Amino acid sequence: MNFLDRIFGRSSKSASAAKERLQFVLAHDRSDISPETLDILKDEIVKVISKHVEIDLEQVEVTVSRSGAIHRLVANIPVLNTRPPRSPQRQAPHPPSRQARAARTKT
Amino acid sequence: MPGQVVTITSGKGGVGKTTATANLGVALARRGVRVACLDADIGLRNLDVVLGLENRIVYDLVDVVEGRAKLRQALIKDKRLPELQLLPAAQKRDKTAVTDKQMIKLCDDLRKEFDFVLIDSPAGIEGGFKYSVAPSDQVVVVVTPEVSSVRDADRVIGLVEAMEKPAPRLIINRMRAAMVKRGEMLATADVLEILSIELLGIVPEDEAIITSTNKGHPVALEDHSPAGSAFTRIARRMMGEDVPFQVLDDTNGLLDRFSRLLRR
Repeated sequence: MNFLDRIFGRSSKSASAAKERLQFVLAHDRSDISPETLDILKDEIVKVISKHVEIDLEQVEVTVSRSGAIHRLVANIPVLNTRPPRSPQRQAPHPPSRQARAARTKT
Repeated sequence: MPGQVVTITSGKGGVGKTTATANLGVALARRGVRVACLDADIGLRNLDVVLGLENRIVYDLVDVVEGRAKLRQALIKDKRLPELQLLPAAQKRDKTAVTDKQMIKLCDDLRKEFDFVLIDSPAGIEGGFKYSVAPSDQVVVVVTPEVSSVRDADRVIGLVEAMEKPAPRLIINRMRAAMVKRGEMLATADVLEILSIELLGIVPEDEAIITSTNKGHPVALEDHSPAGSAFTRIARRMMGEDVPFQVLDDTNGLLDRFSRLLRR
């Protein structure tokens, strides 16, 4: 603390308050991911992952979570089959794929 | 070589966009480059009064865009500085009078005749901001070391980047070194860290800005005021010179040295 501050007993540093408040408010301002953007993100993530593994399209969740100043994009994507989907349309209905997984565990 | 179009913007009003545009225009023109200052604040023009050229307006930006006047007829030559000219905004129209496309065309014409085209953007992030940034090669964001100004600057920086312009540079205006030293004002380093942006210059708070604006005689016309010389240094940087930053909030003042001595 500055010598003058000690004499006058000043301890409130408004500049550091300004900095902290700004960092917090800007983290919030900057994190504005619109629902449309989230939908697009979800579709594209699903497309990429579906090329390599079979996923449960009904259960896919993409959300933004916030803890303090940190924002996370959280994707919850249940995998049905660790091999790429065989059908060209990549949208195998769920029951067969569950059977496929069961069959695989048996072998 | 075609001229550079530089847009001076801020988001928040009242932080010194017009003062910065006028003084950078003056400082650049004093160094012998041809400068056009363009007031893009249609309906709320002020660059003319800050420059002291308000009595010489015949035609304005909207007259040029709508074809009632030639660019040459509308540009006002500053009698103090042969290299400086002003294209005033229309006062009795609004921001819908001009489109992005028209501004781009206008600036393409100005680029042929000037080394620098400085656009004084209106406050806000609506149409006026967009048509001011659309034609620019570089964007300069003016900020004061206050929370509201820094927050709005952050928003503007994001919008400029979304418009696929090069990263803007920052002028910190109305800096008060004594307050920074007391820890009661955001320091240069704080503002740069928060906005993660390149610094173009720091301008100290200076009463001379008020008196010079009263007279329509920008501080940068002379060398003696702190703000005027700060604008001159920024102008030199804009011309590509490597000018060191005068850190206004360092802790090497007499008082600091004195207090450090006492602490030993």
